[in-house]
Amino acid sequence: MQKLSDLQYLKLTKLQRLWYNLTLFFFSIPGWFLKLGRSILGFFKKVGSGFINFFVDIGTTFSKGNWAVKLSFFIFGFGNLYYGQIMRGLFFLLFELVFIAYMLVPSGGIYWLQKGQWFQKGATIGTVQGGSSYDPIFDTEVWHAGDDSVKVMLYGLLTILFIIAFIYTWRLQVKQCGICMDITAQGKKIKSGKDDLRSLVDDQFHKTLLSLPIFGILAFTVLPIIFMVLVAFTSYDAAHDGYSNLFSWVGLDNFNALFDFGSGGLGLAFGEILSWTLMWSFFATFTNYFLGMFVAILINKKGIKFKKFWRTVLVMTIAIPQFVSLLYVSKLFDDSGIIGKLLLELGWFPQALLDMNINSLWDHETSARILLIVINIWIGIPYIMLMATGILMNIPSDLYESSRVDGANAFQQYTRITLPYMLFVTGPYLLTSFVGNLNNFNVIYLLTSGNPLNTEIGTAGGASIGSTDLLITWLFKMTLGSTDAQYYSASIIGILIFVVVAVLSLIVYNVIPSTKNEEDFK
Amino acid sequence: MAKKIANENANPARTKRSMGVKVGRRISNTFVYIVLILMTVIWLFPFFGIVLESFRVETPQQVSYLWPKEFGWDNYYKLFNETDFMRWFINTGFMGICTAFLQVFFILSVSYTLSRMRFKGRKFLMNFMLILGMFPGFLTMILIYKVFAEAGLTMEMAPVGLIIVYCASSGMGYYVSKGFFDTIPKSLDEAARVDGATRFQVFYKVIMPMAKPIVIYTILMGFMAPWGDFMTASYIIHENSEGMNVAVGMYEWLSKTNLNTHYTMFCAGGVVVAVPVTALFLMLQKYYVEGVTGGAVKG
Repeated sequence: MQKLSDLQYLKLTKLQRLWYNLTLFFFSIPGWFLKLGRSILGFFKKVGSGFINFFVDIGTTFSKGNWAVKLSFFIFGFGNLYYGQIMRGLFFLLFELVFIAYMLVPSGGIYWLQKGQWFQKGATIGTVQGGSSYDPIFDTEVWHAGDDSVKVMLYGLLTILFIIAFIYTWRLQVKQCGICMDITAQGKKIKSGKDDLRSLVDDQFHKTLLSLPIFGILAFTVLPIIFMVLVAFTSYDAAHDGYSNLFSWVGLDNFNALFDFGSGGLGLAFGEILSWTLMWSFFATFTNYFLGMFVAILINKKGIKFKKFWRTVLVMTIAIPQFVSLLYVSKLFDDSGIIGKLLLELGWFPQALLDMNINSLWDHETSARILLIVINIWIGIPYIMLMATGILMNIPSDLYESSRVDGANAFQQYTRITLPYMLFVTGPYLLTSFVGNLNNFNVIYLLTSGNPLNTEIGTAGGASIGSTDLLITWLFKMTLGSTDAQYYSASIIGILIFVVVAVLSLIVYNVIPSTKNEEDFK
Repeated sequence: MAKKIANENANPARTKRSMGVKVGRRISNTFVYIVLILMTVIWLFPFFGIVLESFRVETPQQVSYLWPKEFGWDNYYKLFNETDFMRWFINTGFMGICTAFLQVFFILSVSYTLSRMRFKGRKFLMNFMLILGMFPGFLTMILIYKVFAEAGLTMEMAPVGLIIVYCASSGMGYYVSKGFFDTIPKSLDEAARVDGATRFQVFYKVIMPMAKPIVIYTILMGFMAPWGDFMTASYIIHENSEGMNVAVGMYEWLSKTNLNTHYTMFCAGGVVVAVPVTALFLMLQKYYVEGVTGGAVKG
């Protein structure tokens, strides 16, 4: 594909330009994949060279180091202590002692790692099954607690993370000792504990600020997500909850269900729900986007009074907690709700539904879906309106002036100036909003709870499926049932949601820069 | 300006045309007003509806008319005396206030650091959080519920557990306030550093006073979150009335079994919840708008 120079491009007619851009777009697709492949390869190369560097680094430190540095390979912080960094040295030493003690004590690290029987297909997680037996003294069944698989897995995971932290610290302190040695060799002064503390509010201030938030993210997002990804390889469900029944490693067996396209199969349900989820996301995002922009233009039109009032009216839907407004609105359209009844009385209710004996718009797949998108417009327009108002004010007004002189009408101004400018500025926002709608639990669950039920699929993944269920509401339902929750299916769907979002983002990020160059306004 | 007027006078045809434009604008403005008034009616209808129905005395069911036949405070009376609503309301308010102030700390720390400081691993951290954000957050609840159940932070203690859940990972939502910090010129920091201020002093004495809009925006968002949260809350609360927030508690009132007896009570509860939250929101609307526009433009 030959790339045209700017001059050649300007010589083309409109149709030719369009054709040129389209071909450019399609020809660039293999390029993305190549780029993607290269970046993945690059990532592995980086990791690999990182590993090699790790050992080379450590090796040179060892061979060059004096006896104190060499000894700190085995006794953490010895070098620090030797060179007078008492605080660091003691900290490292304490870390090592705690680690060794934790690993070796009965029911410590090694114990939990063994209990987990990690990734041995068919083996249970935890080895002692709890059970109940008759107790003659109390004349009742008594429960003898065994292992709890969730606990075993969690502690095992924590132990593994602890080991990684141990290796990292080991390398860190060895490196520090090496640096201390170099500095003393040059005859300079080594940082004292006081300096360390002071730098925490100065040069190293980012460490102070980030420590707590990062700890929170590690403990409450990273750890649970690793855990849940692992659950996809186990048989964790309501019957095997780990406590009353141990669950076990099943390898890739759970993923087989994804290729089951029969009734009740995960594959069929996933396909159906994904297609509706994407459809919903598309319509929800773009109807809101264009209508919201339209409303913003209306309110900001010259000569319109009470601008603040119109804006405040719309902002009410953002201010009022969604569960109040959405639940109330969903009941309004019910068969006994005010609007639902009004439609019936006025004869505006779709005849096709009445023929099927349905008298609520929520009870049929198509009408429920359309109604969802319409109500979502009611919810979503205000956000876009606010955002667009801010952006519209930033468009240089001389653009409009000069276009008016050239004889452009309002519509032309919109398509040639306003829209391209908006798209240019809000490109990333569109992506976030698309992803947000993909996972828009509140609107769907509060309006329909995913109903009407989809009889074609029935239940899949331990949850009965509705025609308006998104992937996220399906995931929610999978984990709820007290007897039929399937945590492993939830895990698989969660991973798939991640894949969908990641692929979409990757594509959009790759497309955006190209559009940026074309329509650069500055 | 004077030149323009002179030009218009000199050219009568042009004046005529500009008058035509004026008339045209008046017509199109009338059209705009009609659309806006229609929208106002549609947007406010549910809110008028819910207020009117909350005062309806004659029947607690759904009815086909809007204007109540008999007005009264019965629903509100029952709301506070015969249900756990008061408890739910206090729970949610408590969660809102705690979340607001803890979240500010987390979000500002992360966004400030990522915006103003350059350190090893910064890019990695940002990419890592971006990728992490692509996982559905709800997945984490299964393990968190198990752990919290063991620690006694579910059921009636759910508000405390929920505050931890809302706040712990909130650092990942740093985007909007980072966009704000990016707009404060860096020369300010450097000037203060040259004068001998530590990084902490720069943060505390130079940047913080300027960050009022984004602080208020973050507090507002933190306060609103528990009022609208249904998914995480219902999972942690596990159907224990003592620990419910308003969303989970009132959701049950509209289930098929309760609808005919609790509908007007739901409306009353909705009004009680909506009035303070909405008032606060509209009061701080300015800051919200700043946050939304800034966040969108920055991406």
